[in-house]
Amino acid sequence: MFKAGLEIHQQLDTKKLFCSCNSNLSDNVLGEFTRVLRPVQSELGEYDAAALMESMKKRMFIYQITENSCLVEMDEEPPHDVNMEALEIAILVSLMFNCKIVDEVHFMRKIVIDGSNTTGFQRTALIGMDGYINTEFGKLSIKSICLEEEAARKIDEHEGIAIYRLDRLGIPLIEVTTGPELRSPEEVKRAAQIIGYALRSTKKVKRGLGSIRQDLNISTDGERVEVKGVSRLNLIEKIAYYEMERQAMLISLAEEIKKRNPPLEKMDIIDVTDIFRETNSKIIKNGIKKGDKVLGIRVPGFKGLLKSDRYRFGKELAELVRVIGVPGIFHSDELPNYGINEAEVNELKKRLSVGKDDAFIILVADEEKGNKAMKYMIDRIRNAIKGVNPETRGPRDDGTTEYLRPLPGSERMYPETDVPPIRITMEMIEKIRSMLPKSYEEAIIEISKKYGISKQQAEQIIDEEMEDYFSRFYSIYQDGNTVFRILFNIIPEIEKEGLDVSKIDYDVLDQIFIALREGRILKEAVPYLLKIYIEKNSLPFENFKPMELKELEEFLEKIVNENIEKIKSRNLEGALMGIAMEKLYGRADGEMVNSIIRRIVEGRELK
Amino acid sequence: MDFEPGDLVEIKTKKGVFRGIMMPKHAFSGEDIIILKLENGYNIGIKMEDDTEIRVISKRTSRETHREIKRKVDGIGVSVLGTGGTIASYVDYTTGAVKPAISQEELLLAIPEIEDKYNIKSRIIFSILSENMKVEHWKIIAKETFKEFDESKGVIIPHGTDTMAYTASALAFMLQNLPSPVILVGAQRSSDRPSSDAYLNLISSLKLVDTDLGEVVISMHGSTSDTYIHVHRGVRARKMHTSRRDAFRSINDRPIAIIGNNVVFTNTYKKRSGPAVLRTDMDEKVALIYYYPNMDPEIVYDIGSRMHGLIIAGTGLGHVSEDIIPVIKDLKSKGVFVGITSQCLYGAVNLNVYSTGREMILAGAIPLKDMLPEVAYVKLMWVLANHPGEEEERMLENIVGEFSERRVGIEYV
Repeated sequence: MFKAGLEIHQQLDTKKLFCSCNSNLSDNVLGEFTRVLRPVQSELGEYDAAALMESMKKRMFIYQITENSCLVEMDEEPPHDVNMEALEIAILVSLMFNCKIVDEVHFMRKIVIDGSNTTGFQRTALIGMDGYINTEFGKLSIKSICLEEEAARKIDEHEGIAIYRLDRLGIPLIEVTTGPELRSPEEVKRAAQIIGYALRSTKKVKRGLGSIRQDLNISTDGERVEVKGVSRLNLIEKIAYYEMERQAMLISLAEEIKKRNPPLEKMDIIDVTDIFRETNSKIIKNGIKKGDKVLGIRVPGFKGLLKSDRYRFGKELAELVRVIGVPGIFHSDELPNYGINEAEVNELKKRLSVGKDDAFIILVADEEKGNKAMKYMIDRIRNAIKGVNPETRGPRDDGTTEYLRPLPGSERMYPETDVPPIRITMEMIEKIRSMLPKSYEEAIIEISKKYGISKQQAEQIIDEEMEDYFSRFYSIYQDGNTVFRILFNIIPEIEKEGLDVSKIDYDVLDQIFIALREGRILKEAVPYLLKIYIEKNSLPFENFKPMELKELEEFLEKIVNENIEKIKSRNLEGALMGIAMEKLYGRADGEMVNSIIRRIVEGRELK
Repeated sequence: MDFEPGDLVEIKTKKGVFRGIMMPKHAFSGEDIIILKLENGYNIGIKMEDDTEIRVISKRTSRETHREIKRKVDGIGVSVLGTGGTIASYVDYTTGAVKPAISQEELLLAIPEIEDKYNIKSRIIFSILSENMKVEHWKIIAKETFKEFDESKGVIIPHGTDTMAYTASALAFMLQNLPSPVILVGAQRSSDRPSSDAYLNLISSLKLVDTDLGEVVISMHGSTSDTYIHVHRGVRARKMHTSRRDAFRSINDRPIAIIGNNVVFTNTYKKRSGPAVLRTDMDEKVALIYYYPNMDPEIVYDIGSRMHGLIIAGTGLGHVSEDIIPVIKDLKSKGVFVGITSQCLYGAVNLNVYSTGREMILAGAIPLKDMLPEVAYVKLMWVLANHPGEEEERMLENIVGEFSERRVGIEYV
């Protein structure tokens, strides 16, 4: 059963959380410094000294200082008092989501040693809990509202060094965590939309790409997969859908493995470099030239599971090894191909003792890395029988996801002793309550009433965050339905025809709505005018002057006379209407044309 | 109600039911607040009212983690003497409070790697924050350090940074002819943080054990980066920043060494000699006063007349206002030693340039070259106790490199 929960992170448009730095991003790098981070005390028992040294070597962080960072971001000064504006917004959001608000706020240190925080931890506090929000599919529980620090911005990463910029570190973030109750990709998207609207309605949040990020937790058979950092709302549904499909594939794969019950205990890594001495495969040839090895394993009973119509387990394995720097794998379900010929495949089968139900995998990499990659894959293959494996995945632009790392264990959190607890009084809550913005439902009703449009139309305006845009033109031409039709139907239709609608700016639309208001054109003329403008940069309103009634009647008489005999369609009036509107070029109102044609046709029939 | 920090409890208030582990109180927490650690790891404060119900679900379970230190018996002997401070402070994972290390194991948690090379002998001689350090503590550290010289090629003293330079100065005078270096190491970020500077400071300091250095030094970050440390002569170092990793600076001198991957000496230094001489006597009747405009001469007299020695941090070249000069004369006639240093810290005092200075000299004040005020304060205590009657001569004798005759350089800070 599909179950998903959301974690939404929204940047606030205030100063930073624990210092007085501005919270905008900057490309003005003033200096750099280098740090290392070490696992903290409680973990030390699990590491031996050598392994710890190893992990050290691989963790060097360069931090770039900008004018939007100070000693606090450098971890060279204790945090200042918490930004009260940010705290008040967090309380406001907690109230919007009907949460219980804590009586005293205690900031915590959430240990994160990937370098994204100079301190090695993220400061975070729980402000509200056990709330809910109403949606059209029922009450969605809101588990917690937290106020936390944004991480530093990763600029680059290469051979053991990650470069971060401090401009983003410390921007206040509100984290909204829902219960795992969303039952379809559509609900996931809807929930993200509704929560996103609520956050924006505070008018205190940052806008633009990257200012809101969603993490999705998706499980279909119990194991949780987290997709981290989705920054575009319209990808959410797709991601949820693809992830649902991927999990379904893994579950059916597990069933198939159970059925086949292959002996997976024994999978030996074999060096098969010599088979490829004369190969035509460029990747392998180049690798061998560099001194890389070609390593192979037999995967017992896996024939057809790596790649077929139903199963694509090979892709999972390829993603897994990519994380440690092995760009790809070749496997038996796709060979011969990629320059690897049949003779080489046969030799491989012989060498790896591949039976008729078995699969094999090869990769080319330096020996150490290759062996490590093989071991990762062998583990993953053995775990395939469990179905979905818990992991963290990252979104790609097309809505698919890729493997990032195993799901971290429970978060280690310690008190942030440098920040004193903050009392939240009833007076404070009541003062903030009086500033509560309208809920989503209230906003829809208000907008539909205000502009005389349907609820669906109002919803679309809210979802696409177009209220300001809409009201600007409505203030020129007070016909909500027409304004909506032009902005939300006509322009997208023109775009579908392949025209560059980006040329239609506010100024052009202003002129059109003014002409409509003054009766110089009819709404039927708008598509023609917009197309002319895109193609010729002009707005010839004079060519679209509405026809006088008499002229129109004569024009339509003529149309009817010329066409009535030719029309075979049963919908005579509709067909005549089509011909007329096409020839009228928007110079007459559609309803008017319709009624005149009907009158003329009825007149003929009576005769 | 019978509950204590560490218990799993359920609290029922007007707002609803909360469940979590009860945590100890924060000093700044409200009187009526109970702190709970929720299942998701967050701590929250809940207000207790008359009708609040608390139910203990289960009593606290203690999770003692114990870690043995491996001793490499044939390794190089190094002693580590814990005295407290940030470098040896940890979060108590059940209560969440930061507390000082209480065992030798905890003392070395920051640097498990050293067990492979060194035969570490560690113990905690006391555990205090360095602002609470007194003369008696300096004496204990000196005596305990002295005991380690037989077995160890180096003595490392984790110490709070606030008064680390005072302790270093005291040790420099109390312990002379050193057979191995005495290295004070601190941290500006406690060892329980992933970004702690303790690790680099400690691991780099250990490299001094393999050199011929025979001085009391302070080893701390050389920059904000985790790339190298500076080794400062104890009697020339000063904490110059409240919070930065590279807070310590050598004043009026270069650091003795820079340690990145290797030790690079950047100044002359005293080599190991021995046998060590231990002289811990101190005359505690010494005061250090900071002159300021409009200072009441009576204050200087009140303080000075109760002392055997007085160090004044004067302005600029070492001046005080002219109405204080008669006080200096009075004190001098009572046998009180009056030494002059400068608030500027950088540069030497000189009382020959202006008339005020000349009057001060005539009143009996002794200008103490480019010695730091704190160093002069510590040195005077030691001189009064160990060389009575020779104050002036000894204060102007360069005993352990506490001042210099030449100052060079294009830049000074």
